[in-house]
Amino acid sequence: MSGLHPSRPFPEAAREAVGNPQLRANLRKVTNTIREKRLRAVEELPHWEELRQLGAATKDASLANLSDRLLELEASVVARGGRVHWARDAAEARELVAQIAQAHQVTELIKVKSITSDEIELNAALDAHGIHAIETDLAELIVQLSHDTPSHILVPAIHRNRAEIQALFNRELGDPQHLSDEPAVLAGAARRYLRQKFLTTKMAVSGANFAVAETGTVCVVESEGNGRMCVTLPEVLVSIMGIEKVLQTWEDISVFMEVLPRSSTAERMNPYTSFWSGVTPGDGPQEFHLILLDNGRTDVLADEVGRQTLRCIRCSACLNVCPVYERAGGHAYGSVYPGPIGAILTPQLLNMTDKNANTLPGASSLCGACYDACPVRINIPQVLIYLRGEANDQKGVTLESLAMQGMRYAMSEGWRFEGAVKLARLGQGPLVRNGQITALPGLLGGWTQSRDLSAFPPQSFREWWRTRNAEPGAGSEGGQP
Amino acid sequence: MSTAEARLEVLTRINRAKEGAQTPERPPYPRAAAQTREEVLHTFQDRIEDYRAGFVRVAPPGLLEAVRTALGGARRVVVPGGLDAVWLPDGLDVRRDEPFLTHAELDGADAVVTGCAVAVATTGTIILDHGPGQGRRVLTLVPDLHVCIIRADQIVPDVLDGVQAVAAAVRAGRPLTWISGGSATSDIELVRVEGVHGPRRLQVIVVDGPAWRGRG
Repeated sequence: MSGLHPSRPFPEAAREAVGNPQLRANLRKVTNTIREKRLRAVEELPHWEELRQLGAATKDASLANLSDRLLELEASVVARGGRVHWARDAAEARELVAQIAQAHQVTELIKVKSITSDEIELNAALDAHGIHAIETDLAELIVQLSHDTPSHILVPAIHRNRAEIQALFNRELGDPQHLSDEPAVLAGAARRYLRQKFLTTKMAVSGANFAVAETGTVCVVESEGNGRMCVTLPEVLVSIMGIEKVLQTWEDISVFMEVLPRSSTAERMNPYTSFWSGVTPGDGPQEFHLILLDNGRTDVLADEVGRQTLRCIRCSACLNVCPVYERAGGHAYGSVYPGPIGAILTPQLLNMTDKNANTLPGASSLCGACYDACPVRINIPQVLIYLRGEANDQKGVTLESLAMQGMRYAMSEGWRFEGAVKLARLGQGPLVRNGQITALPGLLGGWTQSRDLSAFPPQSFREWWRTRNAEPGAGSEGGQP
Repeated sequence: MSTAEARLEVLTRINRAKEGAQTPERPPYPRAAAQTREEVLHTFQDRIEDYRAGFVRVAPPGLLEAVRTALGGARRVVVPGGLDAVWLPDGLDVRRDEPFLTHAELDGADAVVTGCAVAVATTGTIILDHGPGQGRRVLTLVPDLHVCIIRADQIVPDVLDGVQAVAAAVRAGRPLTWISGGSATSDIELVRVEGVHGPRRLQVIVVDGPAWRGRG
C-alpha cells in the first residue's frame, strides 16, 4: 500500500488480516484502551453535544464559502511574508516540494507526521530526486525504518510490538548501546538519533491541522515535540494542507482545540500545539511555503451527500470504535485513510472510479458507532449507504442487479412473495444440513461466505395463519375468558 | 507546471461545486457555569498534576525559593529578554537570549525560565505568545527543563477564554506555543513515555497574592 490507491479489494485484504490472530489481539487491546479513555475524556465536558454541533457548523460554514476563505488565507499568509502555492493533484504538490528543496540544494529534510504528505506519496517522490525525507514522529520513524506503511491515523505503528521495534532500532539506528525493549529506552534512542537532525537540518515539511483565513495562521497539533522542532528550527518550512482545512476566524480554532485532543488521544489537551503566521523575524524559519492541495477534494465538495466528509479533522475516533477496523486493521483498507472515515473518504477522493476503492463502502456493519463518536458529526453510515448505491450504479446491469430487480418484483405483491417462498423451499432441499444452509451456489455464495443461513421452515407464517383461522374456535374469540 | 493555472482551476472547481449551497446557522458557543477564582485555580492545579508536571503555588515572597527548587540541579539557565530579574535566584549561570543564542548554545543549557501569556484551567494548558518574558519559540523547546512562572490572574477558565486572550497577539502576527505537560509519546504498545523531544520536564509556579507586581 502507498498513497490513496488500494492495490486490491477490501474483502480480499481483510480476509488475510482477520486470519492473523496476533494482529487481532493487538488491535483489540489498543482500540479498547483508547475507546474507554476517550469516553472518560468526553464525559468530562458537559456541553459535548453542543460542541459537536458547533464544530460541524463551523466547518460547514467554511466549506460553503471555500473559495473566499482560501483567497483570504492566501492574502494573509503573503502579507505575513509567506508564499502560497496551489496544487490540483498529488503530482503537482510533490513537484512543488521537490522544487523548493532543490532551490536550497537540500539532500535531506525533516518531516513532522503528515497524512496529507503520505496521501501524495511525497517521500518516494523526493527519493527519486535524491532527497531523503526523515520522519520524526516516533511511530512514523518506526514505519519508515522498517519499510512499512502506517496502519492507524493516530498510532501508525500500532501493529508493531516492542520486540520488533527493539530489533529494528538496534539494527537501523546503529546505537552503540544495546537497547532493551522498554518503550522509554526505545524512545530515548529515537531522541538521540533525531536531536542532531533537528539542530542541523535546513528544511522541514509539515502538514497542517487547521489554517485560519483571517490571520494566515497555520497550526500543527502534536505530542512529542518533534512538530515544534520541525516548524521552529530549520531555515525553510513547507506545509502541505488539504483545502478543506481552512477556518474563517481565529476564534474558530477554539472549538476544535476542545474536541480534537479528547477525540483522538483521549487527553484533555495534547502536549504541544504550534501556531504560526507566515514568517516571524528572528524567530523560526525565515522562509515559509504553504501548499494548498485539491487532489479530489473539490469532487467531494460537489457532492451534496458526500460533502460532509470534508469536515473530518483526522482525529481517528471512528477507527477506535469500529468493529470492522478492530478485526481487519488499517492495512486492509489499502489507503493512507483507514477505518470508517477511510471507507468514505478514499473512494470519494478517487472520484468513485477506482475498482478497489469502490469496495470500501462495503467495509462496515453500519452499526453507527462511528457517527456517535465523530466530533464533527459526519454521518458516516449515511455516506456509506449512499456510496454503495453509487458504486452499484457504476456497474450497470449485472447478474446481481437483475436478481435484485427480480426480488423487488416478487416482494411487491403478497401472492408473488408466497409463490417465491414455496419455490425456494422446494429448491433448497440438497443445500440444507441440520436446518442451516452453509454454502449457497453461484452469485448467492457471497452471502454464505462468512455466515450461515437458516433454512426455510416447512410452513411459512402466512400459511400457518390461514390454517389457524380456518380451525373452529380460532381467531379473535379464542382469547375469551 | 504553473501554480497560477492550478490556482485558477481549483477556484473554478470550488465555485462550480458550491452552486446553490447555503451557509449554515452556527449555534452559540456552549459555556461552562461561572466559577470562583479559587475553583479555577484548583482545576488548573489538578490538570497540571495530572500531566505529571511539577506544580507549586506561592505568595510573591516565596517566588525565588520556588524557582530555586524547580530548577533543582540545573545550573546553566537560559532566560528570554524581558524576563524580570527579580524572578531569578543568585548562584546560577544565567544566559540571557540577547543577542540571540545559537542552537548549540541552547542545547548546552540545562533549563529555561519564562513567563506566559495566559493559561487555561480546564485543560491545564499554558499559552505562550512569545512576547517579552517568553522569548523566541526555540528557548522553551531545546533545553530539557522548562520552569514557567504564571501569575494567578493569567489563569482563565476554559479554552475559548484562552483563545480570546491571545487574539490580539495572533492578529499582530505573533506565533503561539500551547503547552500541556511535558512532551510525551504512546507510540510503542500505548505505553506513555514522558520526555521525547521537547523539554522533558515542566515545572509550573503560580504566583498569587495582592502585593504581586511581577511582569509577564
